[in-house]
Amino acid sequence: MSAETPSKLQKMINAGHYAVTSEVGPPRSADGNVIEHKAKMIGPYVDAINVTDNQTSVCRLCSLASCIRIKLLGLEPVLQMVTRDRNRIALQSDILGAASFGINNMLCLTGDHQQFGDHASCANVFDLDSTQLAMCVRMMRDEGKLLGGHQFEVRPQMFIGAAANPFAGPNVGMRVARLAKKVAAGVQFIQTQCIYNMETMKTFMKMVVDRGLHEKVSILAGITPMKNVGMAKYMQKRVPGMDVPDEIVKRIGGVPKEKQAEEGINLAVDQIEELKEVAGIRGFHIMAIEWEEKVPEIVERIGLYPRPKLAD
Amino acid sequence: MIKAIPKPMEEIIDYVKDFNKLLIAGCDGCVTVCEAGGLKEAKILASALRLYFTQGGRQAQVDDTSLTRQCEKEYLLQLSDRIDQYDAVVSIACGVGIQHMAEIYDKKIVFPGVDTCFMGVNEERGVYSERCQACGRCILAETGGICPIARCSKRMLNGPCGGSDKGKCEISKDVPCGWELIYERLKTLGQLERFETPVVPKDWTTSRDGGPRKIVREDLRI
Repeated sequence: MSAETPSKLQKMINAGHYAVTSEVGPPRSADGNVIEHKAKMIGPYVDAINVTDNQTSVCRLCSLASCIRIKLLGLEPVLQMVTRDRNRIALQSDILGAASFGINNMLCLTGDHQQFGDHASCANVFDLDSTQLAMCVRMMRDEGKLLGGHQFEVRPQMFIGAAANPFAGPNVGMRVARLAKKVAAGVQFIQTQCIYNMETMKTFMKMVVDRGLHEKVSILAGITPMKNVGMAKYMQKRVPGMDVPDEIVKRIGGVPKEKQAEEGINLAVDQIEELKEVAGIRGFHIMAIEWEEKVPEIVERIGLYPRPKLAD
Repeated sequence: MIKAIPKPMEEIIDYVKDFNKLLIAGCDGCVTVCEAGGLKEAKILASALRLYFTQGGRQAQVDDTSLTRQCEKEYLLQLSDRIDQYDAVVSIACGVGIQHMAEIYDKKIVFPGVDTCFMGVNEERGVYSERCQACGRCILAETGGICPIARCSKRMLNGPCGGSDKGKCEISKDVPCGWELIYERLKTLGQLERFETPVVPKDWTTSRDGGPRKIVREDLRI
């Protein structure tokens, strides 16, 4: 693994522990207490908390301000950054700002197309893509240089992450090749798309391990618990790049309505236990969408609570 | 070639309804090929406007013509001896031709009769799709002859994103994922190593981001 940073997430992985991360979605208002409430709820159960950046192109309180709030609570944020809305000047400026508050983790994303959001008629930017954003962060960190060539002294100490979606079919091999490309661009950890198709995930991971990519990048498996059968069907039919096999829908739908949430949590726990047996997986990224209060239960049930103490 | 589509009739009527002498000017170039703004379409539009005026009990003169290319001054000047007799011109050339008409005849009111859409190919009659965004620095040699700037909805240079599904773009099942196409083509060509090489941030100064563009070819100037 390349460059060492002060990131607690990186330290946890390097110490050989399974990493546990989760995410909070900021509110569609100026209410910063929402972030703090969610972060405090899950904070003790995870090593780092991602903050989404206007996810699904819906305008929300910004990721950077949310991450600063989380940092000021003494917790470890992961700054998610999409290239859809900002050009390279704005992106680098925000990275410098984040680093000035001691934010040490970034997830470099391209972002959903704006047609899915609440401002479908807006212009998009896409000056860079996710891979180029990772290259940019690496250059700022390792060379103390901006894309424009300016050299500077105080460098951002970022543990660089990106996403991977093994399920954006039909070609799993292409997804492995793209992961290799992100690694070549400087990506150190991956948080995958929500996993429901275990067979495809295992095929993907076997190809990753066969190429030795798992030794160059830490892969955290993405888990999203289903609240009910409606959510399972929605994700199966409507969400781009999501692969929800019929048996998942049947399992959640196979129990009475009042038991479906519980069955969703059971499924998430079973998935993580199964993924623990898959070579190359270094941790879990639990995305409980507007259901953050369930993260502690999941982490406890998979035997990863309390979180290991790191030597300073 | 440049692709355009006719503007809705109501919109054109709204532009011209208060005028009495109109010229509908087609172009024999790109817009003839995509059947949006050639001589045939000029005649059809003129007939439709005459019908509109007649039905409204109005006496209006609507003539039609088509020029070899409205993007060239020498062809536009062919109208110089008769343009003064018209109150307004509806140009159904592409946006380039419409503007050049307004530029050459700077006192004449010129209305657009088409919506200019993109540079693309004829997939079949009546089906056109985009291929080039004229970024000014061609990368097709690296991408298997398929342009990610034109074909990827996020103009990614290191695609595909995680939203592509079964080879289709996240914005629509009817849009092929440009990067899936590139990957398959590179595979066919035995050039998959290109796919795994990160492409550095692009210099967009030659694209529209750099401001209005102009080519000066000293080797061609007289």
